[in-house]
Amino acid sequence: MAKTKNTYTVTTRSESCKGCGLCIEYCKSGKLAFSKKLNKMGYFYAEPVQDKECTGCMSCTLVCPDLVIEVYDG
Amino acid sequence: MNLKNKWPEYYKKDVISHYCPGCGHGIAHRLVSEVLEDLDIGGKAVLVNPAGCAVLAYLYFDFDVLESAHGRGTAMATGIKRANPDLFVISYQGDGDLAAIGTAETIHSANRGENITVIFINNAVYGMTGGQMAPTTLLGQKTTTSVAGRNPAFEGYPLHITDLLATLPGVVYAERTALDGPAGIVKTKKAITNAFQSQIDGLGYSIIEILSPCPTNWKKSPVDSFKWIKEEMTKEFPVGVLTDKRKKYKEEKIAV
Ligand SMILES: Cc1ncc(C[n+]2csc(CCOP(=O)(O)OP(=O)(O)O)c2C)c(N)n1
Ligand code: SF4
Repeated sequence: MAKTKNTYTVTTRSESCKGCGLCIEYCKSGKLAFSKKLNKMGYFYAEPVQDKECTGCMSCTLVCPDLVIEVYDG
Repeated sequence: MNLKNKWPEYYKKDVISHYCPGCGHGIAHRLVSEVLEDLDIGGKAVLVNPAGCAVLAYLYFDFDVLESAHGRGTAMATGIKRANPDLFVISYQGDGDLAAIGTAETIHSANRGENITVIFINNAVYGMTGGQMAPTTLLGQKTTTSVAGRNPAFEGYPLHITDLLATLPGVVYAERTALDGPAGIVKTKKAITNAFQSQIDGLGYSIIEILSPCPTNWKKSPVDSFKWIKEEMTKEFPVGVLTDKRKKYKEEKIAV
């Protein structure tokens, strides 16, 4: 039987993001990008990109200094 | 859907830290909280805060935190641990705090082999006070007090304090790691785990030096700061285990 591919869902706490861009740099699959809008602190925050697929590598959560990103199985 | 990275139990929820964007202190705080949870010792942990950017760390850690006078973290940690050896004691310090004003306390607590763990954040500057030269500033590095770049004829050489400490018999475990990408961060967590375990086993003083970005005072983007650590800082301060006497001390039963 063919192994079904794992899927992951990425969400961000945009109001606690300071826009450092580390997650965007270290995400190999381009799943994260800067927002067009500013958050309340005045930063262009990181947000998930709709049509890109997360591989579940967790690099973004490792480099984020502000615990902004959540990665879910499924 | 199952959350893969759940919020660390010993890190306060819903607070936004005062640290600058891309600052390594946030990453180091998260790692300390995660390891406390992994080893199930958060309930008896006490952290000693430094003077420096981490002066407000008690706002973020969700366990007991005390504030020390500048550089005196390990003196205070000594008192806490000796008065109550059941507590798990961490001294969290920057390079200005640990390797400049607090050098005497740092060296003597290590030489006494106090059973404490030091998390040493080396960002090669005094962050909080505006980016002045630190003992760990690299040769040629421009800071607000070495405007032409650190010149050894005038300002001396970068101080390798953790290498010095590693030569002391009281220091059971010393490792230098770098916050320079996902792999370096995973290694840092492993190093903190080794250090914490040495304290649990009662083997003596452990220290993890973490090369950590200060994008604001380095005047670099957070991404370029990570690259600067990887390409420049690790040349002066190579990462790796500087001493590991755990096996020997366990066999000799030097346990405190
Ligand atoms: C007795 C005393 N002298 C000087 C100061 C001013 N001061 C506050 S933080 C600091 C240096 C902090 O640098 P570092 O330890 O590298 O920490 P960082 O801010 O880079 O994290 C100094 C000199 C002080 N608070 N107390
Ligand atoms: S000044 Fe440097 S060490 Fe201090 S919070 Fe900002 S980036 Fe971090």
